Amino acid sequence: MDFLSQIINGLGIGSIYALVALGYSMVYGIVQLINFAHGDIIMVGAYVTYVVLVVAGAPLWVAILASILFCTFAGVLIERVAYRRLLNMNAPRISLLITAIGVSIFLENLSQLLFTSSGKSMPNLFPNQLLGLGEVQISSISLINISTSVILMVLLQILVNKTKIGKAMRATSEDADAAKLMGINTNTTIAFTFGIGSALAAVGAVLYCSAYPMITPYMGGMLGLKAFVAAVLGGIGSIPGAMLGGYLIGIAESLTKAAGGSQITDAVVFGILIIILLFKPAGLLGKNVQEKV
Amino acid sequence: MGVMLSVKNLEVYYGSIHAIKGISFEVEEGEIVTLIGANGAGKTTTLHSISGLVKPKSGEITFCGNDLRSTDAHKIIQLGLAQVPEGRRIFAKMTVQENLEMGAYIRKDSNIQEDYERVFQRLPRLKERRRQLAGTLSGGEQQMLAIGRALMCNPKMLLLDEPSMGLSPLLVNEIFHIIRDVNESGVTVLLVEQNAKKALEIASRAYVLETGAIAMQGDADELSNDEKVRKAYLGG
Ligand SMILES: Nc1ncnc2c1ncn2[C@@H]1O[C@H](COP(=O)(O)OP(=O)(O)O)[C@@H](O)[C@H]1O
Ligand SMILES: [Mg+2]
Repeated sequence: MDFLSQIINGLGIGSIYALVALGYSMVYGIVQLINFAHGDIIMVGAYVTYVVLVVAGAPLWVAILASILFCTFAGVLIERVAYRRLLNMNAPRISLLITAIGVSIFLENLSQLLFTSSGKSMPNLFPNQLLGLGEVQISSISLINISTSVILMVLLQILVNKTKIGKAMRATSEDADAAKLMGINTNTTIAFTFGIGSALAAVGAVLYCSAYPMITPYMGGMLGLKAFVAAVLGGIGSIPGAMLGGYLIGIAESLTKAAGGSQITDAVVFGILIIILLFKPAGLLGKNVQEKV
Repeated sequence: MGVMLSVKNLEVYYGSIHAIKGISFEVEEGEIVTLIGANGAGKTTTLHSISGLVKPKSGEITFCGNDLRSTDAHKIIQLGLAQVPEGRRIFAKMTVQENLEMGAYIRKDSNIQEDYERVFQRLPRLKERRRQLAGTLSGGEQQMLAIGRALMCNPKMLLLDEPSMGLSPLLVNEIFHIIRDVNESGVTVLLVEQNAKKALEIASRAYVLETGAIAMQGDADELSNDEKVRKAYLGG
């Protein structure tokens, strides 16, 4: 039953990729922008958690809440300051991409300035125990990660499919000008999307810190990249796709490590991306609804 | 019966392309006015200027006393001006019902349910497909949905951009029937068309747009008998 334990392990780390992937996917869905600064929001969330919890000595729930609120605000602010003008001027996507890379570097340097480049170690956030379910050993951290990601995903689906702002997000992502004709304030809707994506990244940051309690200004780089791979793998723009992609990458990593391939886990992850895209270029759940005319 | 929409000396550029060259026209309350012209004449640019999707260089656009040029695009529908855009622009990945909900996005009153029923009564084909994704509808159904969506805000005036585009003659008749019907229920209509024959049939007045300027204007009846109009737009 070691195999099953590894799968659950993988789902646990995959949950973090999934939460971060949602932000890439939703933002891409609404403005076709690959927001490379999104990975650094994880780093921002981790440092805010650290400052509130360790430096200020506040309780954990306060630190988590502060991290979520701060990241939401940061996401909205980044959209407002760095992207909105370009989006409204219909700038070429490549300019947006370069801006995103610029924002990413800015955030990394800023945190290096504030916290130096040496890592900070985070105390244990959640109880870390091995629970035995029959033959299967499950860590409590994996369970927390999986249940958090599933609950948030369900809430997000309700938000997007059932609420007025969610429908405005879908309308804006399909056709922003038509959405404006309906009276939808597309700027607000886009800012809201950045905010939600960043809030999910903050939750991802907290979970990540509980699994890997060392934070650095550059921690968002590889983590963000893998979450981006998860989003593309699942079908960028698709919310269930981002979740599926995150879980698959987590499982692939966990199984590779268990098979003794710790050195090559990243190669395996990106290899899987390349192979799946060769057969399903739109990603696993990426769908192209054909418009009939 | 006063002037509802007035456009004065409108000038629009796309970079160095001078798309609209100082046009002026008016639509009075209760009318159907049509703006006809060939492909590329500037019809869509004119409508987009009215609805705020394109920013004109100069000129005045007034709707019910409001200056539209200083109004954000998403606020224009709140004044009672709705648009059925060229190519329908329905939300293909949303259901028929959700598309209509988007049409009612600005409404906060509780009579929306009755208005769905009214739209379904006028466009019965939509009713049986209300849970279907809009992208799976036929072209004619999509056009009806685009019209129904625009009616969901109970507009005072409807702008329609080539509603007959790509439809069979039978469906074109049906769509024009619906437009007349909507007008008779009290909605003022500005109809943009390449199908000049059909448009002149239901309109009271018409403007002919040629390469960004108004070449002719007058009663729809007079224009449909005009020699030049017949030659250029009605096939002889
Ligand atoms: N987004 C755009 N960028 C540059 N030129 C445009 C754009 N949209 C329209 N044009 C040009 O403006 C002119 C008027 O176009 P349009 O308003 O779409 O005409 P119509 O609706 O009558 O077919 C055309 O010459 C067209 O090529
Ligand atoms: Mg046009």
